[in-house]
Amino acid sequence: MDFLVSALEYIVDPASWAAGATSPLPLGDRLREHLLYTAIAVPVAALIALPLGFYIGHTGRGREFVIAFTGAMRALPALGILFFITMVAGYRLSFLVAATVGSLIALTILAVPSILAGAYAGLESVDRQTIDAARANGMTEWQILVGVEIPLALPLIVGGVRSAVLQVIATATIASYVGLGGLGRIITSGIGLNNFTVILAGALLVTALALAVDGLFAIVQKLTATNLTTGRRADRKTRRDQSSGLDAAVADATSR
Amino acid sequence: MIEFRSVTKQFPDGTVAVENFSFAMPAHKATVLVGSSGCGKTTILRMINRMVEPTSGQILIDGVDVATRNKVELRRSIGYVLQAAGLLPHRRVIDNIATVPLLKGVPKAQAREAALDLLDKVGLDRSLARRYPAQLSGGQQQRVGVARALASDPNILLMDEPFGAVDPIVRADLQIELNRLQRELGKTIVFVTHDIDEAFTLADQVVIFRRGGVIAQAGTPAEILANPADQFVETFIGADKGRRTLHLQSRPGDRAILVVDGDGRPAGVLADQAGSQARNDSAS
Repeated sequence: MDFLVSALEYIVDPASWAAGATSPLPLGDRLREHLLYTAIAVPVAALIALPLGFYIGHTGRGREFVIAFTGAMRALPALGILFFITMVAGYRLSFLVAATVGSLIALTILAVPSILAGAYAGLESVDRQTIDAARANGMTEWQILVGVEIPLALPLIVGGVRSAVLQVIATATIASYVGLGGLGRIITSGIGLNNFTVILAGALLVTALALAVDGLFAIVQKLTATNLTTGRRADRKTRRDQSSGLDAAVADATSR
Repeated sequence: MIEFRSVTKQFPDGTVAVENFSFAMPAHKATVLVGSSGCGKTTILRMINRMVEPTSGQILIDGVDVATRNKVELRRSIGYVLQAAGLLPHRRVIDNIATVPLLKGVPKAQAREAALDLLDKVGLDRSLARRYPAQLSGGQQQRVGVARALASDPNILLMDEPFGAVDPIVRADLQIELNRLQRELGKTIVFVTHDIDEAFTLADQVVIFRRGGVIAQAGTPAEILANPADQFVETFIGADKGRRTLHLQSRPGDRAILVVDGDGRPAGVLADQAGSQARNDSAS
């Protein structure tokens, strides 16, 4: 209990946030670095995984391959990739650049499987008959993808990104092993100093950040969620529409 | 006119859905394809707008082979209504109806205005325009499906068991409504169903299928009822069980003459001079 209290005191102490405080402080800088790594790794992973997932989900081609491949990628240890790439890249690049590249690649690889799975599972979940009707009405394959499949799959796609972000935030602590910043820096220096209060403070900050960002995504996911029983987005405007008049209420009741 | 010239469709798994099918569907008439499940009728329908490509043979619309036309353009020029409507669940009714005009580049305001008119045409209230499909009943969804198919004013309307998923009362309503629309619009309709009564209600021309897309008999409902080609057709239309054989039954004291079927169940009353005379007499 004492640990927890002193760790919390460490976090809320203004001195821990003051500019110019000695390493691993100030906390604000470490937090920013941590978010920066996440903000680079996840979009890069999305850039790779979303088009691939859309292609597989739309055409149904290469599904077995991707399931096996993402399974294998999930089994790769992020720390191992980090050290491997940092060392290999270190032959040609300066250490700082090599470490940065290594961290970002390790985190990107970590984020790809979830986003990929969300994208293709989302597209696969769309009712085949809806897609068939769209095609029969003369939509091109591209229009079906952009106008029908992606909007209907959005909650699952966002769900994939959400779990990727959560994993990356939790894992970005490893960047400190190769001398970079991030919240992991607080934990590693706590270990170095044999100071359990600092270790716990770092762990608490990572947890709090992960929960906060995940909460944010939960809200985004809810906003994109098309309520499949009624087919309407959960925005306030339609709810007002719906509650206007007995007629709408009856229609709503019968559609349930 | 839609013309099939020795069309065969074999699916990759080896199933032959349609074999050497040749037939002409006249323009501005409703042709109803009827047969039990798996007889190839839906495959035939879907080959018209190239949702299914024939393995061999030709399909011509007004003398032009559909295989020479761009798939997307072809589909936009043909209305398509399918079972359970197939509406886009994330778009409002009005945008669902305007789907094809919007794809063709009609300005949004104009497309929506036209969509509202179509709601009137299919007998739906304009207040439904801002609903989502799932907020409508099954029958209303089907009407929206018909409105969407009519939105680009196509000459041809393909309907794949469109009323299969609604209850009998709503289905009867929709059938009456479709007949009214057809009198007004005179489209070339190809309609697929497994319900022979629905076929007789809607068709100018009925085509009854055996398995493998083989025609058992084609003709007007009257021709088929009067002269079933063989045992299969008789069974299919229910003539063998006496369901189509009606008798008059007049009992003393009844105001009207009953029309009864082979089992003696009343099918209706006879609307003739004598019947109405009897009614008038008892009313005075």
